[in-house]
Amino acid sequence: MAELTYRDAVAQGIAQEMERDEDVVFLGEDIGAAGGVFKATVGLLDQFGPTRVRDTPIAEQAILGTAMGAAMVGLKPIAEIMFSDFFAVCWDIVANEIAKTRYMTNGQVSLPLVIRTANGGGLRFGAQHSQSIENWAMMIPGLKVVAPSSPADVKGLLAAAIRDPDPVIFFEHKALYPVKGEVPDGEYVDKLGEAKVLVQGDDLTIVALANMVPRAVEAAQRLKDEHGIHATVVDLRSLVPLDTQTIFREVSKTGRLFTVEENPRLCGWGAEISSLVSEELFWDLDAPITRITTPHIPLPAADHLEDMTIPSVDRITDRILKSLG
Amino acid sequence: MAKKPTRKNDDIGEDIRLALYRTQQEVRQVEKRAYDLFLQNMIKGTSHLCIGQEAIAAGFGVAMKPGDWSFCTYRGHGHTLARGASMTGVLGELMGRDCGLLGGKGGSMHLTDVTKGAMGSYAIIGAHLPIAMGAAWKAQYKKTGEVSVCFFGDGTTNIGAFHEAVSMSAVWKLPVVFVCENNLYMEYTAIGDVTPVKNPAADRASAYGLPSIIVDGNDADAVYRVAQEAFAKARAGDGPSLIECKTYRHHGHSRADPGKYRPDAEVKEWIAKDPIPFYRQRMLDFGISEEAIKTIEDDVAKAVNAATEESKNAPPPSEDLILKDVWADGGWAWRN
Ligand SMILES: Cc1ncc(C[n+]2csc(CCOP(=O)(O)OP(=O)(O)O)c2C)c(N)n1
Ligand SMILES: [Mg+2]
Repeated sequence: MAELTYRDAVAQGIAQEMERDEDVVFLGEDIGAAGGVFKATVGLLDQFGPTRVRDTPIAEQAILGTAMGAAMVGLKPIAEIMFSDFFAVCWDIVANEIAKTRYMTNGQVSLPLVIRTANGGGLRFGAQHSQSIENWAMMIPGLKVVAPSSPADVKGLLAAAIRDPDPVIFFEHKALYPVKGEVPDGEYVDKLGEAKVLVQGDDLTIVALANMVPRAVEAAQRLKDEHGIHATVVDLRSLVPLDTQTIFREVSKTGRLFTVEENPRLCGWGAEISSLVSEELFWDLDAPITRITTPHIPLPAADHLEDMTIPSVDRITDRILKSLG
Repeated sequence: MAKKPTRKNDDIGEDIRLALYRTQQEVRQVEKRAYDLFLQNMIKGTSHLCIGQEAIAAGFGVAMKPGDWSFCTYRGHGHTLARGASMTGVLGELMGRDCGLLGGKGGSMHLTDVTKGAMGSYAIIGAHLPIAMGAAWKAQYKKTGEVSVCFFGDGTTNIGAFHEAVSMSAVWKLPVVFVCENNLYMEYTAIGDVTPVKNPAADRASAYGLPSIIVDGNDADAVYRVAQEAFAKARAGDGPSLIECKTYRHHGHSRADPGKYRPDAEVKEWIAKDPIPFYRQRMLDFGISEEAIKTIEDDVAKAVNAATEESKNAPPPSEDLILKDVWADGGWAWRN
């Protein structure tokens, strides 16, 4: 085990896969010579050269279309969309082309590709560079959706995403890039579609994703230390495939479910989980499900305002205490 | 004075010429059949015929090698056939039958036959230009020599994806050939009314450091020649080409459109330039016998009739297909 930052785990995950498989190629804006605007891809150009690690113009449709076409003929491209907000300028390629082509062609085409992107808020970048758009991706049939919360998960899930034969949208959380954690040395591959229980408690279950995971863990600690309340924390890690079995198991043990979501409220991923739990686990619930989300607004930029907007440890703790009465 | 064509000064040759004519006939006759089947309500949904534009599909289709990739639009029945996809596969798909190229899951606008290098028909304007680049990137990276060919309309030159794709292909020097079929209309609007330059593709080429290339899209020989040149350039590692083919669609934009927004004189002028009778006469001028030509026409007619019957008699697609092939494992599961 070595201690790595979340951003270094990105480069390590990509390098691991590019080393073992020469069909893996990588393209995006500023990813090569500059090492990425978040410095998450430093060193890859030197290691793999400019035909495999390729800087592009500012042309998001061209970037994702190229990734798709390359995947259609057997490469395993990784494309970077610098900020997830920019998916809005290339959503056709994502939602109409990449997501649907296997189905529409009756299975003639496989699209083993990964689109990495910096998602989420906390850096005071304002409403067009801070969104959590994992729920946009989740609602399109044909896309897998992954969002790691730790450096180890970045490396393992990125490797799994690259090896996966289907298109995967890989949401890196930009507020987590500097965070450090233990990462297994050598070849390390995780599995898509498995949630992880990070904290075990008997009183309630919190389900969280990406940057909401460390906040949920901290809230659980505070509930325990200050109120003697024991929370389970489930890190979803992947929205598609969704590990409903782990969610159901943990919710049925505690009878109470809280989702902590950075996406704006309407049609956030927690709504789907809440619906599934209500339909399939209703009689195991002891209380209504509570969703803790960013309000349904564009994000404000000022630090004070942004901190009030995205679910914080304080807000998570308070909301849970309020629900428990 | 132009030399009278003879076999001696013919750079195309009889075999290619017969192939060009056969392909044009195949496309024309399948499209006409599609039109009839639509009137009989045996083809539902929409379909966009390429009658009048066959010389482009034929010229490029015959010039392509088996490993090359082609990408086309919803007006792509001809391009798909020109790569060698079966008529039953095409008509069956249009009719929503089990024997369709896509098992009925794609429909008229998405014909694809990967085994033939026909990498799909795309119905969102401009989307497939970047996608064609990706295939070209593989050929460039692996040094395997294929070209990627992308067909689209004049209207497509006004969407962003066109500019992103041509620009980035030029920067990356990709072996991709962009073929604009300028049929003078984007849907119901004359292209000149919504485009700031006279030649929608050719006049933009210089912005991307590419030569301006215009070809008579109703002359299969001319198209074939320009394709050969562009492919040679691509295979030599000298980058992309952008080619504008002047042509005309004889029918409306899609099946429900009578095309009444077009001046009668214009329609008349272009019907007179129909690529197929034109090419037939050229073959006679080159000394190809009436009998050889007739044999092609009859063979194709027979094949189209057989494909029609086969499609009509085929069952509808199995309902199992509905939940198949969202994922590479063949399934559709999004949860455990
Ligand atoms: C992004 C997008 N905008 C609009 C349409 C609707 N539409 C379908 S075909 C078409 C006209 C395209 O014209 P052109 O590129 O000249 O091709 P042609 O149909 O003449 O072959 C339009 C506007 C679409 N399919 N996609
Ligand atoms: Mg047109």
